[in-house]
Amino acid sequence: MSWMRLSSPLPIHHAWVDSALWRALAVQWHCEDGQLIALWGSDERPAGLGFVVHAVIICADKWHWISLRAGIDNPRFPALSDLFPAAARQERALFDLLGIACDAGDTRSWLRHDAWGPADFPLRRDFTEGPPTTSADQPYPFISVRGNGVHEIAVGPIHAGTIEPGHFRFSVVGDEILRLEERLGYTHKGVAKRLEGMPLRDGGRLAGRICADSTAAYAGAYAMAVEMVCACAVPPRALWLRALLWERERIANHLGDLGALCQDGGLAFGHTQFGLLKERWIQTHGRLFGHRYLMDMIVPGGVARDLDATAIALLDSECTTLVAATRHLQYIVDDHAGLQERFLGTGRLAEAQARALGAVGLAARASGVSCDLRVSAPTPPYDILNTQISLHHGGDVAARVAVRFEEIYESARLIRTLLAALPTGPVRADCGRPEGSLGLGAVEGWRGLILVAVTRAPDTDSHHVHIHDPSWQNWPLLEHAVLGDLVPDFPLINKSFNLAYSGHDQ
Amino acid sequence: MHKLLRQILKTGILPRHPCGQHGPRCDAEASKPTLAAELGRALAVRHVDSGSCNGCELEIQALGNAVYNLAAIGVRLVASPRHADILLVTGPVTRAMVDPLRAAHEAVPDPKRVVALGDCARGCGVYTPNYTTVGAVNRVVPVDLAIPGCPPSPETILEAFATLTRP
Repeated sequence: MSWMRLSSPLPIHHAWVDSALWRALAVQWHCEDGQLIALWGSDERPAGLGFVVHAVIICADKWHWISLRAGIDNPRFPALSDLFPAAARQERALFDLLGIACDAGDTRSWLRHDAWGPADFPLRRDFTEGPPTTSADQPYPFISVRGNGVHEIAVGPIHAGTIEPGHFRFSVVGDEILRLEERLGYTHKGVAKRLEGMPLRDGGRLAGRICADSTAAYAGAYAMAVEMVCACAVPPRALWLRALLWERERIANHLGDLGALCQDGGLAFGHTQFGLLKERWIQTHGRLFGHRYLMDMIVPGGVARDLDATAIALLDSECTTLVAATRHLQYIVDDHAGLQERFLGTGRLAEAQARALGAVGLAARASGVSCDLRVSAPTPPYDILNTQISLHHGGDVAARVAVRFEEIYESARLIRTLLAALPTGPVRADCGRPEGSLGLGAVEGWRGLILVAVTRAPDTDSHHVHIHDPSWQNWPLLEHAVLGDLVPDFPLINKSFNLAYSGHDQ
Repeated sequence: MHKLLRQILKTGILPRHPCGQHGPRCDAEASKPTLAAELGRALAVRHVDSGSCNGCELEIQALGNAVYNLAAIGVRLVASPRHADILLVTGPVTRAMVDPLRAAHEAVPDPKRVVALGDCARGCGVYTPNYTTVGAVNRVVPVDLAIPGCPPSPETILEAFATLTRP
């Protein structure tokens, strides 16, 4: 085995491994408190490599990307979910999409939903694409809880509010939650298959429409991966503008969620006030960037639009206004006994649990796990911004609210720093033709780490793109955080995480 | 508490948004535009996400903020299809959402209307039909009004609702 340093701003190495080494390395990194970021597969038969399983694991701030040839006729690989629980659903999805099996315990299908046959695997290159089957979805074998007075509450896939579809199965006694089991996959749209069929440079529009609230982060991670394969040098000004967009996206989502949390906690005033702040914030996006949610702003090679001096001044003063308004509202929220009574101690996720489950992003930081790509592996311009991690140890709704407030202030500071020292020059370079065989991009989105990995067979010009949403790690956290809480508190706890459905299902 | 009340007074009541009153019609495609004769001017709307990327949902949520104030034109989002006059559907209808969408449609009492919101629901977004996606909403349930955009702006959605309530 030999490690190859990839030419990326991220500290990442790649290696081909065999089954024994795959397992041995995973055990070693597990013992060293490593974190599994993503596990996926690709059909590399065009390159003569058969089916391949990939994993990205971060250990002691070093990024390891390992690839394993799983065979051709009956592809298999050693499971990692016994070491890294975050791998469990990814292993199930891997079988649904590619038919690569592992020896893990849970073999229930995860994404398939009977949209295609149990012996069909859409991400295989020889999969004949037809319309989805119309047979009724088979009942899903939820794990049932038995006992005196235990009953089930089934919620979804259509929820009572304006949110995405997913199913929650609660086992309760009275109002107390004994168990929650999630059933996702309702919004699977075959993104990876779609991306296989289009040139890499054209995939950005689709990548930015996988999860609309994180479109800038998705498009950014996708662009980074493509730029690595194309050996494209992005102009500094474009890198700075990308960071500006990611931070603005973070603020927009935190404002919206703080409003929704106030609403679920019974303070309609907060919903109105934060809603107004968010609306004004995204109206600025519309005026300056052409889209209220920043879609299509980040493209492979750079960004689609530049900012002039007037726009820079406006964005700067908007940060000052926003921070003052948010601090004022935070004083009211922190001072509101009724709301704090709902927030404090609700939906608690202990630090040990968060670590064991491989939590990422703001949910991890609210449980005392210090992980933030902007600090641990800062790509330009984050390498000179000295981002401060917002860390809380409560692990409850109150802690996730506190992290969101602090991240708004910190992001506003970052935006002002970026604006004050914006490099001059072009904002877009020609991406050129794809040359390399591996590409990786990662962005600390507002939920957590978004990862895009490209594998390419240079001889046949075929490629595979895997896009990983932090919700893969964080959905299982919710199942643990709600235990012992009351069913009526579930919307509040759920909103405090606000995980992606479409980003997860893709 | 006094800070809260002062903030409410300071924010005041925002000027009524022009949309939904006499603004120009958006280019929404309506086949049976007028519901007013059947349902009066207040509409109860049940939203169904049939596989959207969440962009259309963000704009539906934005309609409830103080700037657009959807309730001011008599439109209310409700929790059950049984309480609804209108089914508001987003997304390219994934296979897994076909049956839930049909069930929700059947649960809406007559007379009812279906609004397809956004380019995916109209069948012209980035999510074209494939092995797991059926495509436009009208392949599953009949659609009365389709609102373009990726996602449609709140103004466009407000104006489209206004075409439904206009006598």
